[in-house]
Amino acid sequence: MAYAVELKDVSVKYGKINALKEISIQVAEGAFLGIIGPNGGGKTTLLKVILGLIEPEAGEVKIFGNPLSRAVDKIGYVPQISNFDRDFPISVLDVVLMARLGGRVRFFHQYKNEDIKKAEAVLDQLNLLQLKDRQIGKLSGGQLQRVLIARGLAVEPEILLLDEPTANVDASSSSQIYELLKNLNEDKTIIVATHDMAAVSSYFDTLACLNEKLYHHGDKYLDQETTEQVFGCPVDLIAHGHPHHVFAPHGEEENND
Amino acid sequence: MIDAILNYQFMQNAFFAAVLASIACGLIGTIIVEKKLVMLSGGIAHTSFGGIGLGYLLNIEPIYGAFGFAVAASLAIASIRRKIGTGSDTLIGMFWSLGMALGVLFIGFTPGYPPDISSYLFGDILTVRRMDVWLMGALTVFMILAITSLFNYWKAYLFDEEFLRVLGVKSTLLENFLFVMIALAIVILIRVVGIVLVIALLTAPPAAARLYTDNLKKIMGLAVVFGLLFSFSGLTFSYYYDLPSGAVIIITAVLFYFGSVVIKGRNE
Repeated sequence: MAYAVELKDVSVKYGKINALKEISIQVAEGAFLGIIGPNGGGKTTLLKVILGLIEPEAGEVKIFGNPLSRAVDKIGYVPQISNFDRDFPISVLDVVLMARLGGRVRFFHQYKNEDIKKAEAVLDQLNLLQLKDRQIGKLSGGQLQRVLIARGLAVEPEILLLDEPTANVDASSSSQIYELLKNLNEDKTIIVATHDMAAVSSYFDTLACLNEKLYHHGDKYLDQETTEQVFGCPVDLIAHGHPHHVFAPHGEEENND
Repeated sequence: MIDAILNYQFMQNAFFAAVLASIACGLIGTIIVEKKLVMLSGGIAHTSFGGIGLGYLLNIEPIYGAFGFAVAASLAIASIRRKIGTGSDTLIGMFWSLGMALGVLFIGFTPGYPPDISSYLFGDILTVRRMDVWLMGALTVFMILAITSLFNYWKAYLFDEEFLRVLGVKSTLLENFLFVMIALAIVILIRVVGIVLVIALLTAPPAAARLYTDNLKKIMGLAVVFGLLFSFSGLTFSYYYDLPSGAVIIITAVLFYFGSVVIKGRNE
């Protein structure tokens, strides 16, 4: 069976700086993968390569065994909310409807009734339906984040990619978002780039540690050595308020790369 | 003044010019303001002065020269901007002055007495000719069609073009198209408010409209209405008191915007 996402020796350079170096990763269908690593470590770049927003210098990207160009409708994307102008005059429903535009420009395009129904159904699923006419600037950070997740879902994707979904929200919204993702994971492959260490232990089933190179890809139990390599300094992976440790005391490490 | 509009062709031209300019500034101005392309539009406007100079030098209609320069400049800025990324500020500054410099140079090369360029720089709605009205009309119709027929895509493009790319829509095509339309809008507005003042007429109506509504379509509509208000105030003052129309339009627009900020600010 083909992997949901498969990268082979992918390298990306910005000018002369390596952003990603020879990354190979296979994400099985149904995985809940967390990509962790320091800021500037290439997490967003990796997501953008998978999305086709950045053309890699070398290497190959496959989605369900196909080249990316044949799989755009299989991926839903949830960008960082810090990228948005929150004053922009657009309502929640219109944001979600964007997902129904499809890949081709058609003149005099109107959203069909079924597009609107689909968008409303997704908003309902995420408990946002009562906010559908609200301008996005009048939402809380957590609400806007869920609106963007709703937009990603309205594409009806098989894979959902999220970039820092909890970076600008408070702790309770953050766990609400991860609970939601956990539920969505029942029938979707989910990939999250995050530096939210609290989430590492409780929600993901696999982890990838990224800092230019891929240091670890496998189960979520990391040892101190790997984290030191990735982050360049010892990182306390034990989140406050979380009763369990992130890394179990185990001897051998699965280092795929 | 109504009599004059009915009886004199120059007043009819001025009337149509005011209406067309208001539509152009309402539609394109809203896009420029929401996409934060204000300085870029200023750059394109000033670059078009080079075309006006070239028009005088080659003895063709200066507004055609402006048209060519504005389109070329907007496409050049769009493509260089994509290559160098966010540093487009510097680039815009250079185009801005380069266009003006070329214009001055071309006019210097033009034999005979230097032409009066102030109506291109500051606009004069009472000197708009029938030919200008036809050109403005054609461009405005094109613009209305382009914006209404692709409205959902424009909205998505303005809000989050990256997401459009993820969906597989070629956003560079939309971007180039938009830049060409900015150039067209500037050409439409040059006769009315002039190169130097065009930016305020592109920004004040949509910025004021934004204070009254959260809906993109309504902002565009309201901006057209505000544009009409400002243009006709300019026309009126220039007809009765012989004041420079471009300057009056801009001053009304900016005062109206500040007034709106004060009023709306008190409400919230």
